[in-house]
Amino acid sequence: MSSTDTSTATSTAPQEAVTDYILAQEQKDQLRFLTCGSVDDGKSTLIGRLLFDTKLIFEDQLASLEKDSRKHGTVGEDIDLALLVDGLEAEREQGITIDVAYRFFATDKRKFIVADTPGHEQYTRNMATGASTADLAVLLVDARHGLMVQTRRHAFIASLLGIRHVVLAVNKIDLVDFSEERFNEIKSDFETFAAGFDFESLEAIPMSARYGDNVTGRGEKMGWYNGPTLLEHLEGVQIGEHELAQPFRLPVQWVNRPNLDFRGYSGTIAAGSVQVGDELVVSASGKTSKVDQILTPQGEAPLARAGEAVTITLEDEIDISRGDLLAAAGSRPDVADQMAAHLIWMAEDALMPGRSYIMKMGAKTVTATVTEIKHKINVNSFEHVAGKQLELNEIAFCNLALAAPVAFDPYEANRTTGSFILIDRVTNATVGAGMVWFALRRATNIHWQALEVDKTARADSLGQKPAVLWFTGLSGSGKSTIASIVEKKLHLEGRHTYTLDGDNVRHGLNKDLGFTDVDRVENIRRVGEVARLFADAGLITLVSFISPFRSERQMAREQLPQGEFIEVFVDTPLEECKKRDPKGLYAKAEAGEIKHFTGISSPYEAPENPELRLENVGKDPEDVAEEVIKYLRENGYLLAPNAGG
Amino acid sequence: MDITATGLTAERLSNLRRLEAESIHIIREVAAEFRNPVMLYSIGKDSGVMLHLAMKAFYPSKPPFPLLHVDTTWKFRDMITFRDETAKRLGLDLLVHTNPEGLEKGIGPFSHGSSVHTHIMKTEALKQALDKYGFDAAFGGARRDEEKSRAKERVFSFRNASHGWDPKNQRPELWNVYNARVAKGESIRAFPLSNWTELDIWQYILTEDIPMVPLYLAAKRPVVERDGMLMMVDDERMEIQPGEEVMEKMVRFRTLGCYPLTGAIESDADTLEAIVKEMLIARTSERSGRLIDHDDSASMEKKKREGYF
Repeated sequence: MSSTDTSTATSTAPQEAVTDYILAQEQKDQLRFLTCGSVDDGKSTLIGRLLFDTKLIFEDQLASLEKDSRKHGTVGEDIDLALLVDGLEAEREQGITIDVAYRFFATDKRKFIVADTPGHEQYTRNMATGASTADLAVLLVDARHGLMVQTRRHAFIASLLGIRHVVLAVNKIDLVDFSEERFNEIKSDFETFAAGFDFESLEAIPMSARYGDNVTGRGEKMGWYNGPTLLEHLEGVQIGEHELAQPFRLPVQWVNRPNLDFRGYSGTIAAGSVQVGDELVVSASGKTSKVDQILTPQGEAPLARAGEAVTITLEDEIDISRGDLLAAAGSRPDVADQMAAHLIWMAEDALMPGRSYIMKMGAKTVTATVTEIKHKINVNSFEHVAGKQLELNEIAFCNLALAAPVAFDPYEANRTTGSFILIDRVTNATVGAGMVWFALRRATNIHWQALEVDKTARADSLGQKPAVLWFTGLSGSGKSTIASIVEKKLHLEGRHTYTLDGDNVRHGLNKDLGFTDVDRVENIRRVGEVARLFADAGLITLVSFISPFRSERQMAREQLPQGEFIEVFVDTPLEECKKRDPKGLYAKAEAGEIKHFTGISSPYEAPENPELRLENVGKDPEDVAEEVIKYLRENGYLLAPNAGG
Repeated sequence: MDITATGLTAERLSNLRRLEAESIHIIREVAAEFRNPVMLYSIGKDSGVMLHLAMKAFYPSKPPFPLLHVDTTWKFRDMITFRDETAKRLGLDLLVHTNPEGLEKGIGPFSHGSSVHTHIMKTEALKQALDKYGFDAAFGGARRDEEKSRAKERVFSFRNASHGWDPKNQRPELWNVYNARVAKGESIRAFPLSNWTELDIWQYILTEDIPMVPLYLAAKRPVVERDGMLMMVDDERMEIQPGEEVMEKMVRFRTLGCYPLTGAIESDADTLEAIVKEMLIARTSERSGRLIDHDDSASMEKKKREGYF
């Protein structure tokens, strides 16, 4: 128990006891945890209680606390423990915790760093800040009220920020007569709810922070409770080093060059471990070398591991600078200039897609733009909602485009190499925090196998210029019908073609994907990639996909060289499509039987500058298809006529 | 539902190693991001640890920034000796600044009181020095466990062009990603020891055998009792008032500042081990020996808004 820290080592403690103590201190580990809950849940009182009971409050602080309790306190004559932790003057006056405050206490087993964060929705950003470095979260609920909207929010944010261990502190149990039944009810509610999150451990503890029951000492009135006290749990919970199991990553912070004979790369190991002789790759350039020397704070070492601040030298002189990521050559990170990420907005001025911000990711700084807000997430109901901009404290799933490719990992795999902040270019304020979900488009500057027979050679032998005809439009607009006729006409001319149809692709290549926004992005990404390969083979490829989002079409366009992507907008009004409804889908969508249906419950973003815009209402599809052929001919895609025609 | 198996056998980094790595990361980040950083060196134990970490951060190179000491002229004489020896031993560039106007007016804690003295000879002097050399970042050895307003301060603490801190408008700080961007005239105070406690500091000094000013260790020293504090008679500027008596006592200091503002504690702890042992039974916080924190309970927050470290 905690109190031994200060009380058993009395002034008469023998020298060996002190020496043992000092040795134990050196072995002691550290647990960083976050407390979240509102003032009313007794959060500050709980932390005050932990500090008080572990004797971390000194006499002079206690005297000052008594003085403050009379001035601002809310518990009458008792010492208000909450005042101990509410640091800033303004907060004490208003009786609310505004910012994140860090507290420290220790027991024989561990040193604890507590991030004390406010619980109200308008302080989501503060909670996210506290959560970003925490190993565990203590979520407070008031036993009288049970799970509240804010409890759900806190669990969600903790999970989003990668916290894997949770304690549900069912506080104020004294106010429900120390009821076991009430506790079990809340515990069970929470377990049901939290099953959807990926928590490694979840411990519910009934307690009274004000009187100290089950915080550090056992509650006498809760004989029915056999679990650990909060402090016992915090001392004992196993926090696996997730990062250690991952492949080696070292973001280079500093190039150490004292003289011509030494060139070291300094940084904090973000994942895995490294040994002298290991082969590392510089992610951006793809160059590799072997580890020659490892310098740790304790001197030269044969091995170093996640969390250590090291300087590494390599066997070969290769170009490495601040912001590069050194990685295990056998297990490389993503290198991309487009990514999908969760973003928490932290500024009064809303996030605007298209506006450019400074992104800082590890030691790398790059210009970044949110190309699209895929959806916002309601932090209370977790519903996905559409939005054109992101306001203070809102969270969204976004696509970002960067000015240059950057090496990273998904946040899920690594909290260091998968996280970033966004900085306003004008005010220099930190305006957003991001967690990478996946790379949207891998950079093209790494490891292309150079081939003898190239694209031009293949296309020339076919007598055509490769192209991707990307038909976009609402369901029922006639995309597939027109594409099919175009292909038939090209075929008759002896051209080499292939059609990728939305429905058909979903039966095979993309049968693992659903219709969520994430899956839609991936669906289009794969189709774009296949179209690119077919174009590389010299084919005229026809893609017939609703592809409702501008950014995905843009993504597909950017995968191809200039001039090879031909966006064909089949511009049939929604009313007309509904009337046609060849598959009966509109009727179902309007009846609510199909979710995320483009045009009904999901937006269709019409192309702004398509290469071709086709209107087909009241027209013969043959004539409309002929417009496409004409475009191809006039723009030099169909070279010398081959056979037939 | 408590799932504890992780499949990992490797031990976690210990508390001290984790703190050490975090501090080195912060120090490197400042050196890499800023045009002209400086390390505030106040000669105390925290500064000593911070400097030790800086030496490790850039080894085998030297830290790529100078040290700055704001000398109020009222520091213990032992501190000044130790300061000059340290800079020489490590081969570092040491800048010393004293507020010339304060010096001219003869500002001192005895004649002007702790509040005026601290404001002119520390806060104002620090601002002068930062402006004079155009530093855009300054390392400080402050810890979050020292005092309530520090508990909320960022590792990279933004200061406006007049060096003021705005506690309500701090930049969010996530993971170990630090926003180092400032406009001309603005600056960052960086606190690599934010997450260390007083016990961690002593533990580390002991483990790493870091040289410290002898004043931290108990010895017989001449002191008088004044305002409930044991004040050391460090030089002839201290006037012994009627009713006061200079006593030789075994004393040491938990923090070091200007000698008339820093109370000694009676102690027999004359080794580092003994200090750690004494800390186990300590019942007062280390800043209680500092006169300047006593003005009222929010005094540190006020000083920080004005540009104090």
